Amino acid sequence: MTRRFSGVWPAVPALILLFFVFLFPVVRMLGFSVEAGTLDWYAKALGEGLYLRVFWNTFEIALLVTAICLLLGYPLGFLIATTTPAWATLGFIFVLLPLWTSVLVRTYAWMVLLGRNGVLNRGLIEAGLISDPLPLLHNFNGVLIGMVHVLLPYMVLPVYGAVRRLDPALVAAAEGLGASDWRIFWRIYLPLTLPGIFAGAVIVFVLSLGFYITPALLGGGKVMMVAVMIEQEVRQTLNWPFAAALSAVLLAVTLGVYSVAQSFTRQEAQR
Amino acid sequence: MSRRALVVACAAIYVFLMLPLLVVFPISLSSAPYMQFPPPGFSTQWYERYLDDPQWIDATVRSLYIGAATAVLALVLGVPLAFSLARGRYIGRTLLDRIALAPLVVPTIILSVGLYGLFAKLKLIGEWYGLVLAHTVLALPFVVLVIVAGLRDFDRALEQAAEGLGASRMSTLLRITLPLLRPSLVSAGLLAFISSFDELVVALFLAGPNMTLPKKMFDNILMEIDPTIAAVSVMQILLVSIVLVLIGRFGRGLSGSAR
Repeated sequence: MTRRFSGVWPAVPALILLFFVFLFPVVRMLGFSVEAGTLDWYAKALGEGLYLRVFWNTFEIALLVTAICLLLGYPLGFLIATTTPAWATLGFIFVLLPLWTSVLVRTYAWMVLLGRNGVLNRGLIEAGLISDPLPLLHNFNGVLIGMVHVLLPYMVLPVYGAVRRLDPALVAAAEGLGASDWRIFWRIYLPLTLPGIFAGAVIVFVLSLGFYITPALLGGGKVMMVAVMIEQEVRQTLNWPFAAALSAVLLAVTLGVYSVAQSFTRQEAQR
Repeated sequence: MSRRALVVACAAIYVFLMLPLLVVFPISLSSAPYMQFPPPGFSTQWYERYLDDPQWIDATVRSLYIGAATAVLALVLGVPLAFSLARGRYIGRTLLDRIALAPLVVPTIILSVGLYGLFAKLKLIGEWYGLVLAHTVLALPFVVLVIVAGLRDFDRALEQAAEGLGASRMSTLLRITLPLLRPSLVSAGLLAFISSFDELVVALFLAGPNMTLPKKMFDNILMEIDPTIAAVSVMQILLVSIVLVLIGRFGRGLSGSAR
């Protein structure tokens, strides 16, 4: 008995907190969606065009954000992993500083930068590059820029880890045999860091699905994502059962994507 | 050659990452009565306005003590949890691992709505310790990740040596294990503090009329973009920088905790 549970006791206080302040309230809230004994609220969430479009929108934004983060995050993680230690430290600082700066501060800063009279539009007009301000804020572009900024570090760190784990002898061997930089990248770095890329992409995608602050502030009410819709159902419409059904769908998609991805990574590790 | 292209591309990406952090500095020191860039002149009026406004100060103080309490509670609960996950041998450990990290994956909006319903019933909305409990749930995964990583690199022979020399388990823990783990503990505590200090979504639902700093900033952004918030932002960025310096100096490298 004691042996079978050796070392479990220190976990108990934290588990009590997680049960009462995490599992129980979430499950209780999700239960509201089937309180009436029917699945009507789910039918509404998944059947009506308006709501379906919000889910689709969220999915689309999450995919796009993931793709852009991949495009920007890979070179950055790669550079930090392959440079000298001193430069790597500096490189890390400028990834971690934005990561730990409040999302609100960054969102506010983007509003200052991207607005019609914002820093970027002013600069571009004064430089004579454009005549009318670009629509960068309170729309899809604004949400995209803001979200990529928040999530980029989550892509950089796993890529960095993957490149660091790679055996440098492989690269040295390829160089010795006369392979070009590009060839080394395509034939060695890219295939061998694929698990790291995948891990980063999954984290970014999953976190994107539940985003609230950035779409709420930078979308200007025009970009609807699931989390914003849930908040409105709870606080404005006071429609708890429907908010619960939306939450259940969001949670199912999030956990679904996450566990499928996890099982892939495990298979990869076993090979 | 292609290396140079990589460096240039990364420099551009760094500009993208750092631009929002840098732009608030000149604005916070602007003499213009509203947002204007570049600022027409220098003034400390927005800092004065922040310091003279009891609402801002009140929100800041509340966020500071909620963050401190969250860090303490997250360490008190999270460190034993991490020990159990890293060293325990029991059935269901993988499941426990999943549950401990779940607050990272489950969208915060869902936790917030769930807690909002429950806390409204228990009359906990607006209570500072209600927020501490919720923020501790969100901070636990950081503590677990950092401490488990610290324990993975831990040389257990040192503990065995202490016990072999007759130290009790308690004194081994207090005199060998925890002191050696100090860098991880420092990082975990500071990360827990910052995660709470910056947290908005849960606070939006649970803080009630008692503003936290992020909630006050959120309301301010929604109503008017006045440069006071730039001054607040600058102070927030400086606080995070100090915390990162502290982690770099006394803590365990953050990159190690990123899986």
